[in-house]
Amino acid sequence: MSFINYSSREINCKIVYYGPGLCGKTTNLQYVYARTSPEAKGKMISLATETERTLFFDFLPLSLGEIRGFKTRFHLYTVPGQVFYDASRKLILKGVDGVVFVADSQIERMEANLESVENLRINLSEQGYDLNRIPYVVQYNKRDLPNVATVDELHRLLNPRKVPEFQAVAPTGVGVFDTLKQVAKLVLTELKRGG
Amino acid sequence: MNPGLVMYEEEFRKISGICDRLTRDASAKVVFLVDKNGQLIAAAGQSQDLDTTSLASLTAGNVAAMGGLAKLIGESEFPSQFHEGAHESIHMSIVGGKVVLVVIFDSKTSLGLVRLRVRKASDELARIFEQLARRQAAPGTPNPLAEITDDDIDNLFSA
Repeated sequence: MSFINYSSREINCKIVYYGPGLCGKTTNLQYVYARTSPEAKGKMISLATETERTLFFDFLPLSLGEIRGFKTRFHLYTVPGQVFYDASRKLILKGVDGVVFVADSQIERMEANLESVENLRINLSEQGYDLNRIPYVVQYNKRDLPNVATVDELHRLLNPRKVPEFQAVAPTGVGVFDTLKQVAKLVLTELKRGG
Repeated sequence: MNPGLVMYEEEFRKISGICDRLTRDASAKVVFLVDKNGQLIAAAGQSQDLDTTSLASLTAGNVAAMGGLAKLIGESEFPSQFHEGAHESIHMSIVGGKVVLVVIFDSKTSLGLVRLRVRKASDELARIFEQLARRQAAPGTPNPLAEITDDDIDNLFSA
């Protein structure tokens, strides 16, 4: 849920990175954090287990600049990908303005991807959102690995809505900012429309 | 999509005033107000030394998690919670079902006084948020972002 503050001239929006366990959601945020100037970002918070698996969420506040005198701020969140953290995923989707689905391109993770998209659809609908309408982009991550499915196949299985999609290698940053910019753009366009 | 929260100058001044007064009346160190989705609405007291953005996000996460726990045991939510530290303590309470009022305090005051002052401030804040909701829902209220063009959005990402 966006927050528009006339007093401080700010637009605040929430973007959630969703996807199966170990698909690279946290790595996306870590790359954004590492490559953003200090004045444009806040502290990155990771609520993770001792083995660095996301336990509740990662959080990164980001300023993207000004539109007509309004500072635009985006709060980026990841969800825990592991199946049994579903209760936490539902909580993090509350008030979301845009979603990035991070898919693991490896053939053996295809079922996990499909399961996670379906889980996203269900959890969004429980919050009153429709995956077919919400600002949404898909990222095919881990394109550098040898055993990946083709983009055509990933597109066919994971992107029936034909939303913007990006190939990515999150640790080196390939596709990371393209994905973020696109979802931010969709969110602002939706807000302008009065969504 | 949910239209989100819009804060206007007039209501913001009133909310800030209530938070300032609560800080003084409860002898608190910091008071801040966060929406349930983690956006900071207002802060008062010695907030300049604190990372209020992170505090807001973690507050929302905490309240959401406690809300989830409440539902599991058959409660609708826990309207307030208190965390006591060695030096600093945090009191959080849900106002009007939508926002969270957070008070950070130390041994200069007491939980009893904080609770008492929070109750009064909560009633006043709840009325202002009702007023805001009515204002936002009133027919003919312009979309604050309607004047933004596609070019404005593109320009944001051209750098």
